[in-house]
Amino acid sequence: MAPPLKIGNASGFWGDQPGAAARLVADQPDLDYLTLDYLAEVSLSIMAIMRAEDPGAGYARDFVDVVKSLCPFWSAGGRTKVVTNAGGLEPEACARACVAVLRAANLEHLRVAAVAGDDVLAVLKSAAGGFASLDTGEPLSAVAPRLVTANAYLGAGVIADALLAGADIVVTGRVADPSLTVGPCIARFGWTAADYDRLAGATVAGHLIECGTQACGGISTDWLDLADNLAIGFPVAEVSADGSCVVTKPAGSGGAVTAQTVKEQLLYEVGDPGNYLSPDATVSFLTLRVEPAGADRVRVSGATGRAPPDSYKVSATYRDGYRAHGMITIFGHDAVKKARRAGDGILHRLKREGCVFREHLVECLGTGASVRGIASRMSDTHLVETVLRVSVAADGKEPVERFAKEIAPLVTCGPQGVTGYASGRPKVLPVFGYWPTLVPRSAVAPSFRIMNLARP
Amino acid sequence: MIPLREIAFARSGDKGSSANIAVFGRTPAAYNWLRGHLTEATVEAYFRPLGVERVTRYDVPNLEALNFVLTGVLAGGGSRSLRVDAQGKALGMALLELQVDYPENK
Repeated sequence: MAPPLKIGNASGFWGDQPGAAARLVADQPDLDYLTLDYLAEVSLSIMAIMRAEDPGAGYARDFVDVVKSLCPFWSAGGRTKVVTNAGGLEPEACARACVAVLRAANLEHLRVAAVAGDDVLAVLKSAAGGFASLDTGEPLSAVAPRLVTANAYLGAGVIADALLAGADIVVTGRVADPSLTVGPCIARFGWTAADYDRLAGATVAGHLIECGTQACGGISTDWLDLADNLAIGFPVAEVSADGSCVVTKPAGSGGAVTAQTVKEQLLYEVGDPGNYLSPDATVSFLTLRVEPAGADRVRVSGATGRAPPDSYKVSATYRDGYRAHGMITIFGHDAVKKARRAGDGILHRLKREGCVFREHLVECLGTGASVRGIASRMSDTHLVETVLRVSVAADGKEPVERFAKEIAPLVTCGPQGVTGYASGRPKVLPVFGYWPTLVPRSAVAPSFRIMNLARP
Repeated sequence: MIPLREIAFARSGDKGSSANIAVFGRTPAAYNWLRGHLTEATVEAYFRPLGVERVTRYDVPNLEALNFVLTGVLAGGGSRSLRVDAQGKALGMALLELQVDYPENK
């Protein structure tokens, strides 16, 4: 039987630790694949805004720096391949930037593939009807003129095809997060599209590592008790030909891989555990077995799969105004009372200026504001300090820009003890509505292109 | 009465404007007790101040887990909510503060 395929993850989201990839391959040079996830639900809309200001900026540039950081490893003979969704809206532009970095490092024999076909914005925009929101059931016509992005979650097949064609780095746009892991497994083990249990197992492995350190103790309930939580390691899934896996992390890295850390991550962001939907297989977690398999090693087996839906899930986003959040610290007796009053004052002065907000919120951090009204253990009159956080949203940009200028004046007009204002005016952020919907498989044609096929 | 965290661990995450909280028994006895006592109604009442519309519980006995889906609890979610916890990161910790009447002899 083929040996297990060792697949690591070095990025759980756009903004994760920039040094993780180089460290992971240094700690575990026998890794077969490195996966890096950059795309949350609305990341692509942020890229769309960046691209509007700077054509060619529609991808996660951080990834190009990761490629640069891996060049010494490859130059020294390292063979780890990379699969990432860093391509965002512009996988080819991202892949070209990677090729340039490889060329500069005399590594152009490494092939970079770009995956296309996830962008279905034109399909949605030209539709006469349909594409109702999976959340609300509303028809797309309600937001169609304001659509910014619409991308189908592609599956693992096109990634496997690119790898089998010789790619060393595969750069995709929107794909289902676990498919970054399933693709290499298909390429290695030769599974067919109907090997549902094996695909389900690899999907579980991909789901477990897609959020980086979260499989190794990151955000675990008992985080404070971890042996070394100062520098938690990134995860490695050793996937076997039957689709089962062992989750582990490099020796010497911090954190822990235990049945508890793995179970927590298994159900992270999961709805119905009997029907985990992915474009590669519909997975049941109800048959999984989670067993210790040595120090920082947990075996996960028994996944069962069925045919995936005959449609792709689509994440679409639309423009929906602007928002901003301002924060300032208030110290002293009655800190919370003063903070609330100061927050109300900001909104009062803005109203006087004629600013209209469709929504506003005053929060006092330190009082249980994260879950207002729940689980507060004591009256906040005891607090000698709070962080005032004021937020607004409006359809237009102007009132939100005006709001951003109204936080700092508290330094002189607010209560005594206003402090901690050193980070400048709040940023005005676009608001994106999230529009999950479905598109028939027949409307989507995944493809790939190796960007540097010609021999140098 | 004890806080839920003494007999359970948990993790929460977001999906659009909804969130899920997976609650795991720290022991088989704790899990069996949770199955009988940590109901959809209990969780819904607890999170009512956040505007939750509906709570659905999925039992995952092989992981000694209960997965609660809290529909509409995030006031628009990560892209839209003005709240400091727009993505429900704190919901698991919050639920673990729930006071439960777990029998001492368990």
